Amino acid sequence: MLDALGLESVDDLFADIPAPLRASPLRLDPPEPEQQLMARLSGLAARNRVELASFLGAGAYRHFSPPMVDQILLRGEWYTAYTPYQPEVSQGTLQSIYEYESLIAELVGMDVVSASHYDGAAATAEAALMTCRATGRGRVLVSRAVHPHYRAVLRTYVDGAGLDVDDIPLVADGAKAGTTDLEALERMLADDARPTAGVILAQPSFYGLLEPMAAAAQLAHAAGALFVAVVEPVSLAVLAPPGVYGADIAAGEGQALGIPPQYGGPYLGILACNDSLVRQLPGRLVGMTTDTDGKRAYVMTLQAREQHIRREKAASNICTNQTLLALAASVWLAALGPHGLHDVAALGAARATELEAALAEVGVARVHPGAYLNEFAVRVPNAGAVHRELLARGVLAGLVLGEAVPDEPSMADSLLVCATEITTSDEILLFSRELAGILATSPASGTLVGVPA
Amino acid sequence: MSASGPRLQPSLFELSKPGRHSDKVPHPPKDALDRLPPEHRRQQPPGLPEVNEPDAVRHYVNLSQLNHAVDTGFYPLGSCTMKWNPKVNEWAARLPGFAQLHPMAPDDVAQGTLQLLWELEQILIEVSGMRAVTLQPAAGAHGELTGILMIREYHRARGDTGRTDVLVPDSAHGTNPATATMAGLKTISIKAAADGGIDLDGFRAALGPQTAAVMITNPSTLGIFESRIGELLEAVHAVGALAYMDGANLNAILGRFKPGEAGFDVMHINTHKTFSTPHGGGGPGAGPVAVNEKLEAFLPAPRVIREPDGRFRLERVGERPTSIGRMRSFVGSTGVLVRAYAYLRTHGASGLAEITDDAVLAANYLKDRLADSGVFDIPFPGVCKHEFIASASSIKKQTGVRTLDIAKRLLDHGFHAPTVYFPLTVDEAMLIEPTETESIETLDAFADALIEIAREAHSDPETVKTAPHTAPVRRLDEAGAARNPNLRWRPAVGDWTPCPD
Repeated sequence: MLDALGLESVDDLFADIPAPLRASPLRLDPPEPEQQLMARLSGLAARNRVELASFLGAGAYRHFSPPMVDQILLRGEWYTAYTPYQPEVSQGTLQSIYEYESLIAELVGMDVVSASHYDGAAATAEAALMTCRATGRGRVLVSRAVHPHYRAVLRTYVDGAGLDVDDIPLVADGAKAGTTDLEALERMLADDARPTAGVILAQPSFYGLLEPMAAAAQLAHAAGALFVAVVEPVSLAVLAPPGVYGADIAAGEGQALGIPPQYGGPYLGILACNDSLVRQLPGRLVGMTTDTDGKRAYVMTLQAREQHIRREKAASNICTNQTLLALAASVWLAALGPHGLHDVAALGAARATELEAALAEVGVARVHPGAYLNEFAVRVPNAGAVHRELLARGVLAGLVLGEAVPDEPSMADSLLVCATEITTSDEILLFSRELAGILATSPASGTLVGVPA
Repeated sequence: MSASGPRLQPSLFELSKPGRHSDKVPHPPKDALDRLPPEHRRQQPPGLPEVNEPDAVRHYVNLSQLNHAVDTGFYPLGSCTMKWNPKVNEWAARLPGFAQLHPMAPDDVAQGTLQLLWELEQILIEVSGMRAVTLQPAAGAHGELTGILMIREYHRARGDTGRTDVLVPDSAHGTNPATATMAGLKTISIKAAADGGIDLDGFRAALGPQTAAVMITNPSTLGIFESRIGELLEAVHAVGALAYMDGANLNAILGRFKPGEAGFDVMHINTHKTFSTPHGGGGPGAGPVAVNEKLEAFLPAPRVIREPDGRFRLERVGERPTSIGRMRSFVGSTGVLVRAYAYLRTHGASGLAEITDDAVLAANYLKDRLADSGVFDIPFPGVCKHEFIASASSIKKQTGVRTLDIAKRLLDHGFHAPTVYFPLTVDEAMLIEPTETESIETLDAFADALIEIAREAHSDPETVKTAPHTAPVRRLDEAGAARNPNLRWRPAVGDWTPCPD
C-alpha cells in the first residue's frame, strides 16, 4: 500500500502532527500471543471468588439463564453489528428492539419503552430530567429507600442540569417502618415556593420492602407532579405494574432478566412512559413501518428528540446504548415465557420465606415488619465483622448496610439479604448454621473474638 | 423466499400459542405468594409470548441473518471504527470468575477483577498521556458528560462561577453540544476554517472569562489531524478554560499523539471503537475518561485503589468528597472492560502503534483509489488519518443520484454503507473508515464497487435511486413511521392460560 501511495515510510502519513506535539514512546508490555493471554486471564478470573453461597442482591440479582440465551448472543450477526443506521440490512436488530420495547411495555403496563439506557441508575436520572422538562419545574423528590447508587447518580445528573433534588425520609418505626414517609412527602409537595416536578419511589425498595406506590402517585399528581416508579422487572411477574398504580414513568435495572452480574455491567437501563410523554423520552425508539413493497419492516423513529439531529436542544446526549443487553433480556423472556417468569419470581419469594425462617430460628430477625418479595434486612450485632467471618466460611451474607448507606443510622448493624430461584436449601442451612456458630461465640454487643474489625 | 438465506420473521408475539413453553425452572410451592398483601399483587398477567425453545431459537437465528455485521462483511462506518472483534475477548468476558462476580461483592472476593481494572487504568493512562483514569462511564457520550461535569466542578471549586460557555466546532458529533446542555452550559458553535481544520481566529474571538471548556475531536470528524491544536490549547488555557478531547478517533493516533502530553486536560476513550469491544447492534460500549492533575480530584467515585501491600480495593462511600459523585451504579461495564484489557494485552506497545499505522495507511489507500477514479469529490485531498470524506456532490448535480442512493446501492454489493450526511458541514458527505483489520483485497473490492455505482449513476440512475434491490427489505417509509408511531406490539388481552398444575 505504501508503494501505491508513493511513500517511503508510514511516518510520512503522520507528518501533519507538529513535531513538538508528537508522542513519547508507549511504555507498555510487549504483545502477548493468544495462548499466553488466555492463561493470564484465567489466572485473574480465578482470583475472584464466585463459588460462595451468596445472599447478595442489592440491585444486581443472580438468576437462572437457559443456555440458549448466551448461544443466541454469541452469534456475530448480533454482537458485531452497530446501531441500525441502514435499516434495510439491520432488520434483525430493529425487530429485536421493537420486540424488546413490546415485552417491557407488557411487564410495566405502559405505552412506550426506550430502546435502552446504560443502567437502572442512569435511566432513573433520565426519568427525573424528563419530569422537569415536562412540567417546567426544577425540583425532584426521591425516597431514601431508592438504591443509594441511583440516588447518587440522580444527584450528579440533576445537579449538572442546575436542578434540585430532595430526599423523602423513611418512616422510623411501627408497622410501616423503613417505607417512604408519605406524610413527609405530602408536606414537601405543599412547598409552593419550590414546586415539584417528579416524585421517585422504588418497588420493591432498596431494603426489599413493598412501598405504597398508588398512594404516593396520588399525592404527586395532586400537587401537579409526575410519578416515577423504579422497578425490578422480574418482580413485575407478580407485583402490580407501574401502569396500574398510576406511574407516569417507569425506570429500572434490567440485569435481572438473564444478564450475568459481571461486576457491574454491561447492564440494561429500562425507561418507559405513557404516550403523553413520548416527546420527552430520551434515547432511541424503534417503530413498525412498511417498505416500498408494502412489507412489514422496522426503523428508528421520532429521531427529532435525539442528539444527532437536535444537538444542544436534544432530550439527552445518549448515543451508544445497551442494545445487546436488550436482546439478552428479550431472549431470556422468550425462553421462560409468562409462566416461567412467574415461577422465577414466586420461587424467589418462597426461598426468601425459607431464609427468613432459618435466620429467625438462630435469633436473627428482620429489621422491618412490612411485606417484602425476596429481599429483606436483618438485624445482626457487629454486622461488618460477622459478614467477614461468614465469608471466611464460604457464605456471602448479603450487604453490610452500615457500610453501604452510612447516612442511614437506623440501618447500622444490619445485613440486606436476598434469595432467588437459584438459592438452595443447603445454602440457607449453611448460612444459618454458620451464623449461629459465630453469634454463639460473641456477646451481642461486644467484638468478635479472632475477627479483625 | 428460499429455504436458505435471510427470511423476514413474524413478531415473537405472533408465534405465541397458549400453553406452549419449555420447562426451564422448577415450579414454586402453591403458597409462595400468600404472604404478599393483595393490593400489591398483579391482577392481570403480562401478555408475554408463549413459545418453546425451538420456536424461540429459530426466531432469533433467522432474525440475526437479516443483519449486516462485522462478522459477515466490510463495515466502513466512519467515526465508528468497526474493526474486527477478536473472539478471545468473548471467551474472556464469559469466564465464570469474571461473569458471575457480584458488583457489591467485598473487595477480598474481587481481587482478580480489581487488579484487571487497575492495570487497564495504567495502560489507558500511558496511551492518553494523562494522569488518572475512571472506567465508570458506560459509553462515549456518558464519558463526555463525566468530563464536562468535572470541568465545571474544577471552576466551581476555584470560586470561578461565571463560566457558562462550551466552544464546539460545527463539525463535531451531536453528542458534544448535547453534553454541554446536560451539564447546564451553553454551546457556542465555531465554524471550521477553509481547510476543514480549526479556525483559530474564530476560537480566539469566542474565548473569554465566560468560557468553561472547548471540546475538540482530534483527528476531526473530517479525518484531519488538527495541526493548529498547539496554538488553540495555549489560547484556551490563557483564558483559564479547560480543553476536552473527544477520543472517538483515537484509532488514528495511538503511539503518535498523546492528548495529555499535548496539553488536553481531559478526554474520553471509546473502548468499542479503538479497543475492539463489540458494538452489540448499538451497544454496550464503555467510555473511560482520562484526566490530568487539574481534574484528578474530581473523578467519579468509586476509584480502584492499590494499597501499599499490593491488594486492591474500591473507594468507600464518601471517602473523596471532591468527587463529582457517581455517573452510574456499581463500578462500570466491567464485562466490556475485560474485553478491552484482553485487546490491549494482545497488542502491547508495538502492536498498538501498528494498529494506527495500518488504519491510517488503509484510509489513505482507499482515499487515493477514489480520488484517482475521478468520479467522487474528495473535498480534503491531503493526507488523512484513519478516515476520510468523499462526496457525491458532483454526481448529484450531473445525475440526480444522491449520497443516500449510493449508500443504499452499496448494500446490494454486500457492503455496509459509510456514515452518510455527517459531518453536517460537507455537502453529500460520506465518511469512510476502513480500519486496520481489512485486507487490501477488501479495500479494492469496496473501491471498485463505489466506482461502479458512480458509473451506474450515469448509465442507469433509476437502479441506483431505487436501491437496495437484494436486501431483505426495500427502502422504508420513515416519514409514516414518525407520523403514526407504532412503538409496541399490542397482544390480545386475555390469551394467557393458567399454569397446567
